[in-house]
Formats: sequence, C-alpha cells, structure tokens
Amino acid sequence: MTSETSALPGTAPAEAGDVLLQVDNLVKYFPVGTSRPFQKRDYVHAVDGVSLTVRRGQTFGVVGETGCGKSTLARCIARLYDITSGRITFDGRDISQISQRRMRPLRREIQMIFQDPIGSLNPRRRVGSIIGDPYAIHDLASGAERKRLVQELMERVGLNPEHYNRFPAEFSGGQRQRIGVARALAFQPKLIICDEPVSALDVSIQAQVINLLADLQAEFGLTYIFIAHDLSVVRYVSTSVAVMYLGKITEIAPADELFTRPRHPYTGALLSAVPIPDPDLSDRREQIILVGDVPSPIAPPSGCRFHPRCPKAVPVCVAEDPPLEPRLGDGPEHLAACHRPMEAGENLAEFRPAIDEAERIVEADGSLLPDEALPGVTGAVGGQEGRTS
Amino acid sequence: MSMVPDITGTDPGLENPLTGAGLVAKKIQGRSPWRLAYERLRQDRAAKIAFATIVVIVLLAIFAPVFATITGHGPNQQFITIGENANGGPVPPSGTFWFGTDSNGRDLFVRILYGARISLTVGVLATAISIALGVLFGLVAGYIGGWVDSLIARLVDVMLSIPFLVLAIALAYRVGPSLWVVIFIVGVLSFTYPARIVRGQVISIKGKEYIEAARALGSGPWRIMFIDLLPNVMAQVIVYGTLLIPLAIVAEATLSYLGVGIPPPTSDWGAMISDASGYFQYGYWWYLLFPSVALLITTLAFNILGDSVRDAFDPRGGGLFV
Repeated sequence: MTSETSALPGTAPAEAGDVLLQVDNLVKYFPVGTSRPFQKRDYVHAVDGVSLTVRRGQTFGVVGETGCGKSTLARCIARLYDITSGRITFDGRDISQISQRRMRPLRREIQMIFQDPIGSLNPRRRVGSIIGDPYAIHDLASGAERKRLVQELMERVGLNPEHYNRFPAEFSGGQRQRIGVARALAFQPKLIICDEPVSALDVSIQAQVINLLADLQAEFGLTYIFIAHDLSVVRYVSTSVAVMYLGKITEIAPADELFTRPRHPYTGALLSAVPIPDPDLSDRREQIILVGDVPSPIAPPSGCRFHPRCPKAVPVCVAEDPPLEPRLGDGPEHLAACHRPMEAGENLAEFRPAIDEAERIVEADGSLLPDEALPGVTGAVGGQEGRTS
Repeated sequence: MSMVPDITGTDPGLENPLTGAGLVAKKIQGRSPWRLAYERLRQDRAAKIAFATIVVIVLLAIFAPVFATITGHGPNQQFITIGENANGGPVPPSGTFWFGTDSNGRDLFVRILYGARISLTVGVLATAISIALGVLFGLVAGYIGGWVDSLIARLVDVMLSIPFLVLAIALAYRVGPSLWVVIFIVGVLSFTYPARIVRGQVISIKGKEYIEAARALGSGPWRIMFIDLLPNVMAQVIVYGTLLIPLAIVAEATLSYLGVGIPPPTSDWGAMISDASGYFQYGYWWYLLFPSVALLITTLAFNILGDSVRDAFDPRGGGLFV
C-alpha cells in the first residue's frame, strides 16, 4: 500500500462511541431452483445467524472467502434483500421487516459503495445525472442547484467537475469508483457499506481510494462497514474485523488483536496466506494450506462449519456448533466460534485432524466431497490415489 | 460495415499542420453506442439510399396537395369524360394522368401520393403504439417478475397464438372500419414482439449493480424502469421499431385490401390494389402496377434501413447475417 502506517484519522477507536447498527442473529436463505410440488425446496444458507455491533465513527471490516455471504450480509443490512429472520437495528430503529416504501427515507442514512466500478454505474447515463440521482430521487435539489451540488461532490472526491457531462465509460477504474463514492456521499449518510470497494482496482489506485474514504470519514464523521477479501486492506482501514465462513462469523475482534492473536484456526489459516513483502521472513513462515473447497452452502456441514477443513478438528467440532464468545481469557470485544481456539504462537501446521475420515474433505481439488468418498481412499491429504476422475 | 469507422469522424489533428501538436492533442473520445451506430450507418450505402428514399416518400406525401394543384386533379375527383374510356374503364398513363386513372376515373398518381399519407401515418403511429405498449409490458414483466411476469407472458402467448388477420378482421368488422381503428388494431396486436425483446433485455440487466445502487438510493420501481433500465434497452427498441414500420404498413394495406381497413373513398394503397386486381386481367396493368410498386418501394426502404440500423447497433460490428 502506502508507506504511511499510522492509523487512519477517522479510525481511531471511538471510545464509548454509541451503537449505530446492531445485527442480531441475521439469517438470509435463498431458494434454489424452481419450486416443485411435494418436494422440499433447497436453500442456500447465505447468511446463517450473524450478530454484530457497529459503533458510530467506526470502520467495521468483514473478511472472508468468495461466497461466504459477506456481500449478502451487506445487502441485507442495506435492506436491498428481505431478510429471512433476525433483527437489524439501525440508529435505534428496527429496520429488519419494514417495507421498501418505509425504508426509502432511511436510505438517506445508509448508503452503499459497490465492488464493480463498471457495473455499478449505468453506462447510458451521464456522470452528472448519476451523481445527481440522490437529489433527484428524494427531491432535494434540482436544476442549477443540483448541478452545483454535484460538481462540489465531484471536486470533493477528486474528479474534475467539468467532466459533468461525460459517460462512465470515459473514466478510468479508480475515477469510476470515485463517482460511486460521490453518489454514496450525496446524502451525507450515517453509514456507508463498502462492498469490496477496492478489490477491482490496481494496488496503487486502491491506496488512493482508501485514503479518500479515510479523509471523508474524518471530515463527515462517517461509519463504514468495509467488506473485503484482502486482509492487508482490512487491517489497514478497520477498527474491528469480523471473519466470515460459510454464512457465519467465526471470529470478531479489534483489528490489531485479530491480526496478532487469532483464535479461530480459519483466521490463522487466512493470516498465514497474506503475502509478506520480505522474502526471508516469508520463507521462515509456515503457510497453512487449507485442503479442499468451501463446502456447499446448500447443505452446510454440521457442528462447526469449518470442521471438514480444520487441522485441529476433533469429534466435538462435528457434533456441536461452537458459540461465538470470548475464548482463552480474551476481552469481551474478541469473540471466536471455536471449540479448540489457537494459543498465541501456536503452529497450525503441526496439527492433524482427529475426526472421522468421512467428515473431512480429502481432495485438494475438492472433487471428492465427504459423502462421495470412496472406501479405499485413506490417509494422504490430497493424495494422487484419490483422483478418480 | 465490418470496419470500425474513423475514431471521431472529423480529424481535429489535421487542423494544425504547422505544429503537428494537433495529432498528439487529439483525444480518443469515448463513444456511446449511439454514436458508434450513427458512424456505422453513415458508412452504409444501402442505409443511405433507403433513408433518402424514405425522405422522398415523406416529402411526396406532405406535398401531395401541391401535386393535386399542379395536375389540377383532386384525390377523389372523378373525371367521367376524360378519365374513363368508352367502356367506363381506366385510361392509361398520359400527359394528363401521369399514372393513368382508376376504375372511377380518378387520377391514380394523385391518389397514390395521398395514399402514402395513410400508409406512413399508420406505419408510424401503429408502431408507436406497439412500441409504447411493448416497452411498458416488457419493463414491468422483466423488472417486477413473479406472477406479474407470468400473467404478461401468458397474455403474450395467447395473443401470439391467435392469427393476426382473423382477430384484426373480426375487430375491424365489429368496431367499424376507420383510419384510427386500423392504427389501433395494428398497434395493439403487434406489441407482443417488442414486449418480449424488452423483457429479455431487462432480465439480463436488472441484476447489475447499478440497479442495486439505484435501489439503495431509494429509487422506486417506476423510476428504475424508466430512468435506469429504459435507456439500456432503447437501442433494441429503435431497431425493432424501424423493422415494425413496414410490417404495419403491409398490415394496413392487407386490411384495406380485405375491405376492413380504410373506408372509401379515402385513397389507400391496399384498397387500390384490391380494386385493381379485378381489372388486371382486362389489360389495365397500370392500375395494379403503380400502387403495388409504391407499397413495395416504401416497405423495402424501411426494411433495408431497419436491417442497417440493426447491424449498426450490433456490438460485433456487423456482418451480413446478424
């Protein structure tokens, strides 16, 4: 990223910052395929019981692999999706079940920045009208007044206000993301949900956009939910971080603590995959390669959802879903959902799972899921013998 | 057609031959699909000829009264003495009657010009109705989805399964023929194709993040449909609209041919062809030929232009059979 490593201006832990967003046991299932009579319908368990608290002025990071449900979580909080069950309290109001019509005024307080700088801007509309949309939709300003406001916003996010009449295709990726930021900023919302705002950008551009977001946070006192799969980005911007796996939060902690003292083996494995710029340091570090793919969210594993891939798995992990709570004497801000949390300095590579073979994913390419495992295949994780197709 | 045209059309770089700086300063402009299509159309000779033909036909239709004055023959004026032969039949083309006369001794040339007004009016207005309905139903079906979509889809299926002519004749007979009835029938009965096209496009677009962004900003469904989705389906709508105009013209001519279209004595190509077909066998060739050629040229010009417009909007840059 950049050479500056100091904490971002706005991300200094907002002491006693009151709660802006409270999510309790949020569940979102998507039906799969078309419904047939007399047949039980399958559901993707995209978000399956997520609880979190976001304080005012905070940057709350959410990390996880593709498909872990972090974007679904974002869209549920923004009420772009109707939720299956659970409770979302925003600024003291329960918004979990309110209608889209009643949600409309609240949209001025919750905004989103999207991942795809191309897909999130309508290609057939001019930038001025895209950024002016918030004013048009809520009838806040029109005509010359709207144009002035839009051009101010463009200037604030580092765009040339004279490009008011251009189409999105005439901008670079970073500039387009700035357009998205300007649009989200128009309302001066209380909460901005950033759904992987920089993952589609070049690294140098990532830094610019992140710094822009940090400046805006300091200036307008914004609260962010920052979703990413890039751990170094999340560490850089976040005050608290939640790690998601298969629709559940596995660990949640203040950013520094999560990165220095991970408790959940999944967090540990993720952290060991973060590239280290120093080659010597990198060589000395033991990388934990997780075996197999993420299991299907249509029929998630029993107990701890990570158990088929976890090197520390024991039978209780298969049987019981571990609650998200402080482990090994951590403070109340550091929660982990794990029966066998990691000690500080523990090396995950030394562990071998102690659960039944059928409960594990044995193939490195994930083609052999537990229920298809051949009886003859034993031992060797990712071994050649198992390759049947 | 297959070549992507010059970047800006006019080259500002050449305007500064002394410094040569113009070449550097010349920017590659982002071009909207509309601009690209326009550039492609400008390169397409068939499109240009078709467009010129349509312009001529429109001008002839607009200035039909001028020709009526020049020839001194009104469109419904009967010339029983000079316009009919000894048997009361049509007279062939001459200096007085450029295209000859019809069975009632009326000037065929003037009547064809007035007939163009009917054809173009029906073609454009019926297409407008069809596109408006198609866009509305397509947007609603595609964006709202669910049971609304199923309902509209069934409606479209039912309408497609009823033969157009049978329904049109039944309606026209029931309501009584007039210009507006014909426009309405042709327009309403042909909304199904644009509706399908728009619905398909909308379904492919509505999952895009900019639609989510619009919802996150608080846009209601109507605003999303008409402000966010419609501009993205307009290209297809324009293409289909251009191809729909000749279909509507032919449909009108067909209805008039069958006697349930524009009521006489208003001059109309379909009705003229219908009348003339009874006289053709007796050697009155001009009576059938001129209205038929007028109809042919008009629909052909619109069809060729429509094809070119479609090719011009094709992101793959055209080719003959796309």
